[in-house]
Amino acid sequence: MRANWRQTLLSYTFLAPALILLVVFTFYPLAYGSYLGFTEYGGARFAQGQPPRWVGLENFRTLWADDLFRTSLLNSVKYLLVVPALQLASLAVASLVNNSLPGMAFFRAAYYVPVVTSISLAAVMWEWVYNKDGTLNWVLGFLHLLPAGGAFGWLNNENTAFWAVMLVTFWRGFGYYMVLYLAGLQNIPSELEEAAVLDGASAWQRFWRITVPLMRPTILLCSLLSTIAALRVLEEVLVLTNGGPLNSTYTALMYVYFKAFQGFNFDYGLASAAGLVVAVVALALSVVNFRLFRDSSGEGG
Amino acid sequence: MSAVSRTAVPRALPRRRTRTRAARHLGRYVLLVLILLFAVFPFLWTLAIALTDKRAGGSIYDFPASLFPRALTLNNFQQVYQTFGLGQYVWNSISITAMTIVGTLVVSALAAYPLARFRFPGRNLIFAVIVATLVLPGETTFIVNTLTLQKLHLLGTHLGVVIPTIAGAFGIFLMRQAFLAIPQSLLEAARLDGANELTILTRIMLPLTRPSLAALGIFTLVGSWNAYFWPMLVLSAAPDKVPLSVAVLKLKGQFNYDPFNIAAGSLIMMLPVLLVFLLAQRLFMRGMEGAVK
Repeated sequence: MRANWRQTLLSYTFLAPALILLVVFTFYPLAYGSYLGFTEYGGARFAQGQPPRWVGLENFRTLWADDLFRTSLLNSVKYLLVVPALQLASLAVASLVNNSLPGMAFFRAAYYVPVVTSISLAAVMWEWVYNKDGTLNWVLGFLHLLPAGGAFGWLNNENTAFWAVMLVTFWRGFGYYMVLYLAGLQNIPSELEEAAVLDGASAWQRFWRITVPLMRPTILLCSLLSTIAALRVLEEVLVLTNGGPLNSTYTALMYVYFKAFQGFNFDYGLASAAGLVVAVVALALSVVNFRLFRDSSGEGG
Repeated sequence: MSAVSRTAVPRALPRRRTRTRAARHLGRYVLLVLILLFAVFPFLWTLAIALTDKRAGGSIYDFPASLFPRALTLNNFQQVYQTFGLGQYVWNSISITAMTIVGTLVVSALAAYPLARFRFPGRNLIFAVIVATLVLPGETTFIVNTLTLQKLHLLGTHLGVVIPTIAGAFGIFLMRQAFLAIPQSLLEAARLDGANELTILTRIMLPLTRPSLAALGIFTLVGSWNAYFWPMLVLSAAPDKVPLSVAVLKLKGQFNYDPFNIAAGSLIMMLPVLLVFLLAQRLFMRGMEGAVK
């Protein structure tokens, strides 16, 4: 009995640093941030040291009426287009490197390098690629594929900036998901593949009939992770375009950041409300993702 | 059965088949190299620019000449280090990263030990709470956290960057798994010898889980060294305290825009992470794979 008491005390002593930090920097900000979404806080009110004032749903009405917020939310949803591209490509690349041909370890490692690259470095390097005089235009010119109107800066054009930023997200992500898919592929018993080969199944049939169904849990995990990451995209747009040109790359989390910290009109209440909207959309998308994959697996079985 | 098919197939095949197989391998390698170019081209070009002697004339946009510099030099590295005062930012990065690694290892190991080895009321609840941090959407946490840091007078300090990031579910999970794998008899023996729990943790558990500690340390190093948004936010009022990841982008915006120096600065920033990755790439990949299995 006494020993038990001591063990409990000891456990909580050991857990104290982690618990205090989690409460102060994760759970309290979640709760207080949600509360701030329903208040007026920031600007002059904050400067004078006054507490937040409860305003109910007013912030959400302001958001709904704000063209910039609607644009940013639409851009964030449009950014989800990177998810299927990223997942298909990394699954395909994983299948490509899932064998023991000589040099394969080198390719796997090299494909992972963009994952450990910081966004600052990616921004410096890709800006040179996308520059008016940069590599992308040079390659396109070399292949006689240069778009009408000649060379232009891909990040300065409101029709291309969005896709140019998305390609950087794709570049930084495909090695990450490739490794996850590779682990899944190596769990598939090789007897299944061999039996299918003996039965005369083509590589394409094997991929769709054996690989994809058996990989369903991994595909669910990866698409869930990348859906949430795509919805929360912030750093890429911040460092590559700062939301421009003409707000074509302005995303929802960028709205949260700018409302809270840009200039002197910081508005913590409105920013928190916008953050809540993004959080709810993220949760909803996770649920949809789960539903989608559970249903289709029921169909297959 | 598989052994039979493997040995029998090549012998039964005529030469034409072997040739199509070679062609298939060739096609596969062509594809692999194309993807390789996509993955590492920006690095190769940055490396070429950083090593180019700019006094030889020519712009970085002279293709394909700028990819194969005619005159090589290390001057750009020296110049960016001196003229931009890069040394200060390197130290800032080292300070932030070192504190984050030490903090993460200590906090994770301390929290993981009771979760792995003790029974006490509230254990399941605490574990659930830690799991919850993985799925809770925290879109507003950075706003409130900066307000908290301001109240604690930690805004604009390295400690302010570090403290909110060191208690994470990933580290606690990883160490808990490692501690669970250690045989109970070792702990019993130590307790019979009169060792207290802190001694057991530091003298038995930690030395035996060194690979996991190293893995957690390396993951933390890469994440912390590369972090951009959070340090930029916390240190926005303290420009001399920012790490390299934030400083590199400032260089880019400065008046004396010099791509050769920026390329050199970027490589100085990449070097530690690249070295760690090359030395520990197996560990990286396995750590990631562990997430699926």
